[in-house]
Amino acid sequence: MKFKLALVSAALLACGTVNAAEPTNQELLDLIKSQQKEIENLKKSVEEADEKAEASVEAAEKTMSNAADSKLSFGGYGELHYNNIEDKESIDFHRFVTFMGYEFNEDIRFFSELEVEHSLSGDGKPGEVELEQAYVEIDVTDATSIKSGLFLVPVGILNETHEPPTFYGVERNPVEKNIIPSTWWEAGAGVTTELAAGITADFAIHSGLEVPNDGGVYDFNIRSGRQKVAKANADSFAYTARIKYTAIPGLELAASIQHQTDLTQGVLNADANLYTAHAIYNVDGFGIRALYAGWDVDSEQAELAGQDKQDGFFVEPSYRFNDEFGVFARYSEWDNVAGNSIDTEMEQTNVGFNYWPHQNVVFKFDLERRDGAQDGDGFNLGVGYQF
Amino acid sequence: MVPSEAKKYLSKEQFIHQAFSYLEKGVEPTVKTLWLNDEIQEKITEILEHSYPKLRLRYWQHDDQTVWFLDEIGKERPISFGISVKSQRINLVKVLEFRESRGGEIHMQAFTEQFDQIKLTDDNKLNKHIDGITGATMSVSAMKKIARVALMLDKEVR
Repeated sequence: MKFKLALVSAALLACGTVNAAEPTNQELLDLIKSQQKEIENLKKSVEEADEKAEASVEAAEKTMSNAADSKLSFGGYGELHYNNIEDKESIDFHRFVTFMGYEFNEDIRFFSELEVEHSLSGDGKPGEVELEQAYVEIDVTDATSIKSGLFLVPVGILNETHEPPTFYGVERNPVEKNIIPSTWWEAGAGVTTELAAGITADFAIHSGLEVPNDGGVYDFNIRSGRQKVAKANADSFAYTARIKYTAIPGLELAASIQHQTDLTQGVLNADANLYTAHAIYNVDGFGIRALYAGWDVDSEQAELAGQDKQDGFFVEPSYRFNDEFGVFARYSEWDNVAGNSIDTEMEQTNVGFNYWPHQNVVFKFDLERRDGAQDGDGFNLGVGYQF
Repeated sequence: MVPSEAKKYLSKEQFIHQAFSYLEKGVEPTVKTLWLNDEIQEKITEILEHSYPKLRLRYWQHDDQTVWFLDEIGKERPISFGISVKSQRINLVKVLEFRESRGGEIHMQAFTEQFDQIKLTDDNKLNKHIDGITGATMSVSAMKKIARVALMLDKEVR
């Protein structure tokens, strides 16, 4: 044991002799510099690796959000109706609509809506293929945009917003159908401007109606006057102005006025004005919609037939219990020959419910009772969607 | 209905400043990152009906308050929101940028203040009714969903 310890001691002494020369300051400085350089290289490598990882994450996220950045947009809505009124039963895929839009740049965009109505179009078929919107819109300031092309006339509640999940009742209310007459589109140019937060004004110059005036039963019938911008007579234009207030959540108040320079497009010199006003209020599940629309037609021929006055209104209270279920009642009254002295007023009451299994899908049911100058009781069933 | 140029109401920096305005000078919220793993994406998908198109989210935290910046499409274009959650209730929500052509009313204070002190129910829904805006159904829906996502994420980082 003693012998082993002696050997180790001798070895250590020998080592001490060999390494007796201490490193110089220069050698230490060089060593520190070299280590610093190594540290800097390592830091740089780590930074580069971080940058690469960050770039990879950003590239991956960019790919993930590409769909939202697409300049092309696509959407649509549709509704199937079953009507059973006074034993007259029918089932009809009333509307199948596709939206397509394209954003040329941040300020200029295109929007279109193409519809197949009643499933089947063609000679002798019940339906139509209709171009309901196709316009270019340009933002001129943050608050103002102009548009030109074929667009929905800014009047009433349903004319611009009529996707089935957004309203109660299988069929649209008869006042906006027969008086306004929705869905109503024209060609021309318009401007929309936000006057203040929640206050919007619209003004449009556009093609006019051309009501029948050949002595037939549809003379001065407003709905029959829609030319649908299909090689339309453009002798006499029309002007529409609207003001809308939506500054309080749940509340919408709007009024519009339209002037038609000649409803007969140069035949009878029948200028006319349409006045509309509506209110919508939804609070805590309770909702109410009310609308008035009325025509004042300046024409002797229209006056003789009592069609110089055509007007109507509806009131629709509703209650939505939750996201899925709501009930409503609607009373509508309208008269397309209100200027005569006989009782020609139509009345209609609908009571029913909407069931939304998804916010964009709706099943509808309502009971319908027709009174006044029309008769009939029955019910309607429907399913609708939007995306 | 139609995509449009973004209307910018507030920057992220301004929102953070508003949300943490009570902090003393020199005290800053901590910036953190939440990686959106499969489990979190699944919870987001239950609310938004699609996954969130990011791999991670930066959020700002101080004590029991978190601030999130989230985007969601209204009808066609993303709306940018800032949401502050304190004690698991929303205490500030703002629209930072709005790109849709309709529904811009959701940025108004009269609408956003309805979210004040709202919290999640057990099934990740809002515990209070929000009055909508006619003609802005999709934008309103986007904001309600994003509020739920922010409250859910706040719960995740507790």
